[in-house]
Amino acid sequence: MSVDTATVARIASLARIKVTDEEIAAMVPELNGILAWVEQLGEVNVEGIAPMTAVIPNKQRLRDDVIGADPLTGGDVRDKVLSNAPAGEHGFFGVPKVIE
Amino acid sequence: MSELTDLGVAAIREGVAKGDFTAVEVAGAFNAAVAEAQPALNAFITLTPEKALEAAAAVDADRAAGKALGKMAGVPIGMKDLFATTGTKTTAASNILGTFVPPYESTVSQKLWDAGAGMLGKLNLDQFAMGSSNETSAFGNVISPWRREGSDAQMAPGGSSGGSSAAVSARIAPAATGTDTGGSIRQPAAFTGISGIKPTYGRCSRWGIVAFASSLDQAGPMARDVRDCAIMLEAMAGFDPKDSTSLDMPVPEWEASLNADLRGKKVGIPREYRMDGMDADVARVWDEGIAWLKDAGAEIVDINLAHTKYALPAYYIIAPAEASSNLARYDGVRYGLRDLPPKESARGAGLQDMYAATRAAGFGAEVRRRILIGTYVLSAGFYDAYYTQAQKVRTLISRDFMDAFQTVDVILAPTAPTAAFGLGEMVSDPLAMYLNDVFAVPASLAGLPAMSVPAGLDRQGLPLGLQLIGRPFDEQGVLDAGLAIEARAGFTARPAKWW
Repeated sequence: MSVDTATVARIASLARIKVTDEEIAAMVPELNGILAWVEQLGEVNVEGIAPMTAVIPNKQRLRDDVIGADPLTGGDVRDKVLSNAPAGEHGFFGVPKVIE
Repeated sequence: MSELTDLGVAAIREGVAKGDFTAVEVAGAFNAAVAEAQPALNAFITLTPEKALEAAAAVDADRAAGKALGKMAGVPIGMKDLFATTGTKTTAASNILGTFVPPYESTVSQKLWDAGAGMLGKLNLDQFAMGSSNETSAFGNVISPWRREGSDAQMAPGGSSGGSSAAVSARIAPAATGTDTGGSIRQPAAFTGISGIKPTYGRCSRWGIVAFASSLDQAGPMARDVRDCAIMLEAMAGFDPKDSTSLDMPVPEWEASLNADLRGKKVGIPREYRMDGMDADVARVWDEGIAWLKDAGAEIVDINLAHTKYALPAYYIIAPAEASSNLARYDGVRYGLRDLPPKESARGAGLQDMYAATRAAGFGAEVRRRILIGTYVLSAGFYDAYYTQAQKVRTLISRDFMDAFQTVDVILAPTAPTAAFGLGEMVSDPLAMYLNDVFAVPASLAGLPAMSVPAGLDRQGLPLGLQLIGRPFDEQGVLDAGLAIEARAGFTARPAKWW
């Protein structure tokens, strides 16, 4: 499988990365080189093989279902959460107007 | 005072505890060495001499008060700028986090401070840890202190932990943290003649480490020798309820248990790693390593890791796929850079335009490339052909190792297929750069503990590393075999000071 300029433009749109036509043109051969190389995986016989889900077996833990169970990641840290926001205003994240 | 910078972790800790020198003197000596080297090596993104002094003064006060000292007491270290540090800028070497000041501390860095370490500064790296030469940082290349004999061409310190490897090998930090996703501790350690260990996946908490590929990312120490790595890994490791993949197991006493006597141990030599056209010096050092481990009492066994050649292509599907997902968080809304095109411009000013403009402005070229690959392999119609296939191959790679470990205790291989290359020599061909991680990536995909120790010099006078790969949870076996090599390699070479 290989990509063309339209496909790269579509991937960039899915990834929410603005790209110029020149950048797309430069990326097409680069991505095709990498994709052609990873396609050798297709020659591996994987019949009956399950895809890896956890590299080291571990069990999922559940934390207590209460607010602020962990003081660092729990509630009451609004100002800390907003401290790096490019437009944190009135206790909210500011974004460009979405609805006209 | 300058000789203090010749000391490693164990020697500093011991000297501070005995009162041969104070922790403040040590911090002052390393702060001065960092300041002197920074213009030439660019190993750091942010310098924090006051943090190093503050931690050192606390250790000296504790000692004066007769309190027990921690495992890293009085040792100033470099912190890779991928670990969130409260109140100190944490950039991941990317413009998108160029002004990010975390209001919280990563678990691993907190454990190191609790153990008495201090912070010299935040170390440069490949942007979002994506790279093998430290040439993708938004804050400039790191220059290796090493040079080819008779040349002053700038050499790569390896990547992505290139600031860490440069700082430790230049003797401007006794030790540094690294992170390893597909070789980012081991390859830079090999390129600069130092030691570094990536523990079993889950040993070190990932909480507060800027995420690249979550199923692969692991933190580990980089230091001058095996003992220093063991000490620092003990301080970094341990269960953390804030990381869902953290191992709920006690941290062994790796340092106290170090034992270079390998009688009764079997060492596997993977046939598939001896590739056609292998660099003659790399092959020679590998053969020497085999002889050293035999001399330490180990039995050498040839093993097969049949799917080795597929590890790198599988990695370059899985890691970008996870990265494209992890890096979706950088949207110009919650933290980091925002690029909001003016409303009247042709670029528009909607939310979607802001996302796209922010991410184009904030991510470097290699990061954008990997996000696009990851987005493509996860997209509808391609997911099974690429991503599911890669995860199945990953299962086979892991199974190869588990089969081998039925017979052998540890595996010996080169760390990298070449010695360090010059800056700029590989950047034009991303694929050639990726291939430099061919020996490091398989252990990453299988989550295994693996370390690089310096083993010799190549014909250009550049360091070469040997890699030890162990069973899950058997960091001890890896460290012990590393110690056996260290004791026999007699690696004392260090870069001549030109900065």
